[in-house]
Amino acid sequence: MHRYVVNRVLLLIPTLVGAAAVVFVLMRLIPGDICVLRLGSGGMSVNPRAIALCHAELGLDRPLIVQFLDFVWGFFRLDFGISMWSGKPVAEEIAARLPISLEIAVMATVIAILIAIPLGTISALKQNSWIDHVVRTVAIAGIATPSFWLGIVSLLAVLSISHAIFGAPWMPPIDYVPFWQDPLHNLSVAILPALTVGYRYSAVTMRMTRSAMLEVLREDYIRTARAKGLVERLIVNRHALKNALLPVVTLIGIEFAFLIGGLVVTEQVFNINGVGRLLVLAIQNQDYTLTQALVMLTVAIFVLANLVVDLLYAWLDPRIRFA
Amino acid sequence: MIRKSGLAAAGLGAVFCVATVAAPAAAETPKRGGILTYMIPADAPPSFDGHRETTFATVHAAAPFYSVLIRVNPNNPSSTTDFVCDLCTEMPTPTDDGKTYTFKIRQGVKFHDGTPLTAYDVAASWRKIISPPEGVSSARQSYYAIVDKLETPDPATVVFRLKFATGAFLPALADPFTWIYKKAILDKDPHWYEKNIMGSGPFKLAGYEVGQSIKGVRNPDYYHPGQPYLDGFTGIFAPKQAVRVDAIRADRAAGEFRGLPPSARDQLQQELGDKVVMQSSDWNCGNVITPNHKKKPFDDVRVRRALTLAIDQWHGAPALAKIANVKTVGGIVFPGSPLAATKEELQTLAGYWPDIEKSRAEARRLLKEAGVEGLAFELLNRNIDQPYKFVATWLIDEWSKVGLRVTQRVVPTGPWYESMRSGNFDVVVEASCNSVVNPLLDVQKYLPHTVFTENYGNYEDQQLIDVYQKMLRETDGAKQRALMRDFEKRVLDTEAHEMVMTYWNRIIPLRSYVKGWKIGPSHYLNQDLANVWLDK
Repeated sequence: MHRYVVNRVLLLIPTLVGAAAVVFVLMRLIPGDICVLRLGSGGMSVNPRAIALCHAELGLDRPLIVQFLDFVWGFFRLDFGISMWSGKPVAEEIAARLPISLEIAVMATVIAILIAIPLGTISALKQNSWIDHVVRTVAIAGIATPSFWLGIVSLLAVLSISHAIFGAPWMPPIDYVPFWQDPLHNLSVAILPALTVGYRYSAVTMRMTRSAMLEVLREDYIRTARAKGLVERLIVNRHALKNALLPVVTLIGIEFAFLIGGLVVTEQVFNINGVGRLLVLAIQNQDYTLTQALVMLTVAIFVLANLVVDLLYAWLDPRIRFA
Repeated sequence: MIRKSGLAAAGLGAVFCVATVAAPAAAETPKRGGILTYMIPADAPPSFDGHRETTFATVHAAAPFYSVLIRVNPNNPSSTTDFVCDLCTEMPTPTDDGKTYTFKIRQGVKFHDGTPLTAYDVAASWRKIISPPEGVSSARQSYYAIVDKLETPDPATVVFRLKFATGAFLPALADPFTWIYKKAILDKDPHWYEKNIMGSGPFKLAGYEVGQSIKGVRNPDYYHPGQPYLDGFTGIFAPKQAVRVDAIRADRAAGEFRGLPPSARDQLQQELGDKVVMQSSDWNCGNVITPNHKKKPFDDVRVRRALTLAIDQWHGAPALAKIANVKTVGGIVFPGSPLAATKEELQTLAGYWPDIEKSRAEARRLLKEAGVEGLAFELLNRNIDQPYKFVATWLIDEWSKVGLRVTQRVVPTGPWYESMRSGNFDVVVEASCNSVVNPLLDVQKYLPHTVFTENYGNYEDQQLIDVYQKMLRETDGAKQRALMRDFEKRVLDTEAHEMVMTYWNRIIPLRSYVKGWKIGPSHYLNQDLANVWLDK
């Protein structure tokens, strides 16, 4: 098991190098020049000498292979460089935004799990009943409804309902504060986006849970367990659910990794200063170092999430052994 | 509700813009205390260096931390000539035939680190603006090409010596981006202020969360007695309009200082009633339509004149004003300014004729004569709704009435600038946005690229340059105005180099407990918040 984990972690290296090469090339294929953007941001014309100085300052006058090797070497030393746009360390830019993105991702995941697994299980157990139809409708609605629309509508609903009840509109705070500074303020900021994202997340997970449970419930060992007279609750919780969770865990892992940097529109709706918004800004500003670091971070999170999922498999299914 | 106030005239500076603002029945006594929270419609300022930047994001975030030498009177920001001292002791009378301005600097002013501010700091900051060292950007360097020398004969005196006398200098000196930095810091690192804040203004930096918010606390050593009234402020960055409107609705923020469109104004008024006060003003910003003179057939003045003659500004403006933040028809000078054309004068220019049918008939005739009837071309536009896309869509319809077939290419800001710089466009929707109303400098925008590098029309016009140079040096008001009419006629009519669209309309929502702040014709002005107080 340890060797398996070490091997998987080591596999991160070629994955990250490959991702680094792709993002490095793609960024440099995008037309535009960050120095022209920086120096001529108000429409000012820019003199070539100033651009040349800027290129030298940012290291853009070096050969591409040197820039690439510098970037990759820096990444593995956890030195992500300086943001070409803001001049601040990339690590600082990301660190300012990662907590809120992580918090929303974790909260959305917890909400999704708390909703999806019980409802998906019940839906499978009560297949074709009215409960099953309701749950499936809720799931389809969750998949079909864009998160950003749901976010906008939920905000408007909160404003309108509070206005109707209290005579003045109310909305959650829009400035982020770390949890340890003011837990109530922090949770107020995060709850609506987490619910919005969590609903869609739970819908997908709900359907996977139902589908997996239906398959497992038809297995011979379940029939045997029932024949032996085991209580249904025990059959579901101890025998069926654990096996049904294998594909569900995969899905949860992938979705969680996606949430870290993929909530661009949701972040816009709720004015969340998160990693998704930072990535869009970085691309718009042609900030190579920041974009590269963010993409690499996303790749690393995906790979690590997959590793955690694989390890969870071993816990869920003892038959799985890692060579 | 919009409460109307009377407009006052003061000497040459007739207060012109329709600044509709609450006029209290009796003078209110400012209350001290409270934190003002407001929205900043941007992700984050590109840098904190006011000398380098041109964006309101930098001003709205950092102006409260800095002082300037002179400024537009914060209690009368709609005036074009009411300049008052900030760091100086009194407004100087120019000497040496109007070429020398000597400023005495206040004593006892301190930077936020406790060190004294002297004339040397003022001079160092202005030198950075006027002639920046290599590698340092100064966005308004061209405004001060008229400055010959800058001297500091003693720690309390700064002397500006100009190359020639001009009425453009004082308004240029009042530019809201000309913050005073500490000389010792500039000497060590002229880029320091790009990422750091340390001024002598009414507020001290209390915190900056990247892309989230910026906070300030009262500067107890501020040199204007009694100010600031606020204990502090929080500026929250929020590029999405819906977020800002909802925040004002829910009183998570007291307002914003850039401007909302009419629909948002109406929504807030309907929902909040007298809990919100709307101030509105003509805005020293407008869209300018620029044909690319290097691309056929826009090198033909007949085609350019046809484009402008096709547009019905007088009827279009009130219609557009209902859905876009535009309002007043004007020429190249901000409407109502002493140098601006009257309605009667405008109506003699192509594009402003009162009889639109006659105007369009002339447009069709010119197009036929030029051999480009039914011309199809592309209008390059910036990817911003208000009011760019509204104006462009309306223009395309206006042009269709003379048989022109126009498509719109909408691009983000970066590629928009890039296309203009590289000449990769037929006709472009530009914007001309200025801070202090300074017609003599504001109209530089229409000078050829060889003189004003931010002109992307790709034309040469020595006659225009000659008129401008004469106008810049003219000290007689009436003659200067006549020269401005000549200049304007050449830009908009004779050569039709550019087309000035309806001036923008600035609508500012503030919760009714916010007092002291008065709207001006620019979103860059009056943002140090020193005279703002909260009536709660």
